[in-house]
Amino acid sequence: MKIIVPVKRVVDYNVKVRVKSDGSGIETAGVKMSMNPFDEIAVEEAVRLKEKGVATEIIAVSMGVAQCAETIRTALAMGADRGILVESDADLQPLAVAKLLKAIVDQEQPQLVILGKQAIDDDMSATGQMLAALLGWAQGTFASKINIEGDTATVTREVDGGLETVDLKLPAIVTTDLRLNEPRYASLPNIMKARKKPIANMKPADLGVDVTPRLTVIKVSEPPKRKAGQKVGSVAELVSKLRTEAKVI
Amino acid sequence: MDFGLTDAQQQIRDEVLRLCARFDDTYWLERDNTATFPHAFFDAMAAGSWLGIAMPEEYGGAGLGITEAAIMAQAVAESGAAMSGASAIHINIFGLNPVVVYGTEAQKRRMLPPLIEGTDKSCFGVTEPNAGLNTTEITTRADLHGDHYLINGTKIWTSTAQVANKILLLTRTTPLDKVKRKSQGMTLFYTDLDKTHAEVRLIHKMGRHAVDSNMVFFENMRVPVEDRIGEEGEGFRALLHGLNPERVLIAAEAVGIGRAALAKAARYAKERVVFGRPIGQNQGIQHPLAKNWAELEAANLLMLKAAWLYDTGRECGAEANAAKYLAGEAGYHAAERAVLTHGGMGYAQEYHVERLFRESMLPRLAPISSELILSYLAERVLDLPKSY
Repeated sequence: MKIIVPVKRVVDYNVKVRVKSDGSGIETAGVKMSMNPFDEIAVEEAVRLKEKGVATEIIAVSMGVAQCAETIRTALAMGADRGILVESDADLQPLAVAKLLKAIVDQEQPQLVILGKQAIDDDMSATGQMLAALLGWAQGTFASKINIEGDTATVTREVDGGLETVDLKLPAIVTTDLRLNEPRYASLPNIMKARKKPIANMKPADLGVDVTPRLTVIKVSEPPKRKAGQKVGSVAELVSKLRTEAKVI
Repeated sequence: MDFGLTDAQQQIRDEVLRLCARFDDTYWLERDNTATFPHAFFDAMAAGSWLGIAMPEEYGGAGLGITEAAIMAQAVAESGAAMSGASAIHINIFGLNPVVVYGTEAQKRRMLPPLIEGTDKSCFGVTEPNAGLNTTEITTRADLHGDHYLINGTKIWTSTAQVANKILLLTRTTPLDKVKRKSQGMTLFYTDLDKTHAEVRLIHKMGRHAVDSNMVFFENMRVPVEDRIGEEGEGFRALLHGLNPERVLIAAEAVGIGRAALAKAARYAKERVVFGRPIGQNQGIQHPLAKNWAELEAANLLMLKAAWLYDTGRECGAEANAAKYLAGEAGYHAAERAVLTHGGMGYAQEYHVERLFRESMLPRLAPISSELILSYLAERVLDLPKSY
């Protein structure tokens, strides 16, 4: 069974993001970039499925600027077998990414696509669902457990108020939640081996996909600063302030 | 000329930092306070096969250069592990280079893989109470008795001897007064540290308590002839091979400590508010920290140049020594300034800069003092008369 894992290059989770002075987006020049943490979980799950003998090949796919190749290398160092880079300088929005992924899925014919449930840069949480819709495949989103038996994937989903277990008929889409696994650290020999694994390079046009943005960002701004708290002298004062100032009771 | 790390080197740095992030300041403070070897950290580095980074591929290493080893060692120190982390793995990285260069095929097969896998821990027995930089004056003897040698004498500053099961040991097989040149008559062994015939005595010291430093007293310790590295009497030459790479690694680690301290200082300066503004808004705080950054980066560049010279097979003695000197000073100054920036809090363990400060003294002293490096540069580079 072949698995495709899309991996996104995002601002590293340790970096404190800064809004550009013109409000058009966030500052990415000279900022450390890494693989989206949810995608790391997706790669880890695919590698575990391969180690269990369920999967035979893992393909890591990334889309965007040329440096996304390094994000693919990270996936290869964790255990993916080969990479596909769809190179584009355009602002790739979820629908465009989902369409590009569909084209790759049509070529590669995997039984499973494991994606991060969302990317930590724009928190859209859209690509996995859109891809499932475009392909007409079953989807198990926000997975905290995946078990594959024959042509069925049993996925435990983290939903509001508890856990939901669904059976998906393969081929299927799974998106990963935080508790699915803890991604491994790449060992030095695997980093070295990864540098010799192949990465195919293509452009959106090669896949016949129009990636023109459909959404326009109007403005990006810093969240409002939190105001300092107040100390109150008595319960009566607290109740009065909650009533007159905070207006919550 | 390209001053950037390659993608592979950057990935090495990122992955080592990621691995080290599991071992936070609290972990290292606890190792320091309880003087316990960082086994969990060591095992994690071994599991990722990092220990063999500069060892040949045919024995389980990665076959990379000193540049990559330095990048790794620096990431370890920079993570906050400082010398406690770096020294724990130091000898595995390059200590056995004499075996790689002078060992027989059988010795390499026997000695290198367990060290690379981390199942063997080794220490280094070179310095003696009366022979530091004047290495040729060592008096630890190895006397041949048929198929084995008997070792007698004393070594000092043998790091990790408490936890090590192996030792790379320099001895005299011909006394100093019976050789033509002082560098002759010394023999190198890589052998079991047999604690029934070697008493390991801990030296209480200023910092890096996680990694023990010791005196080792040998009394008739038996070493089989098969554990001799190279020919009898040729030990000093075998040892010399590893000196410049060691300087490069120490320089990289010193810069790492300085960066760790500087990051803490800058963060504190930004957060600590006195008289209604962060102290980091004052030039009296800013300028020294900016100077530390400049000094660290300059030392780092020379360190990388020395590593590059070594890896490309060029002479690197002057650069490796100068890099060790600059990095030792820069790391120490940054750590000192980090304590001062924290004010009184800098003296408290929980801010971790006092620990870095104590450890930053080490790269200034070891493996060679700043003063002797300056003498070396004066002599070898500036062609001035020998002063000692």
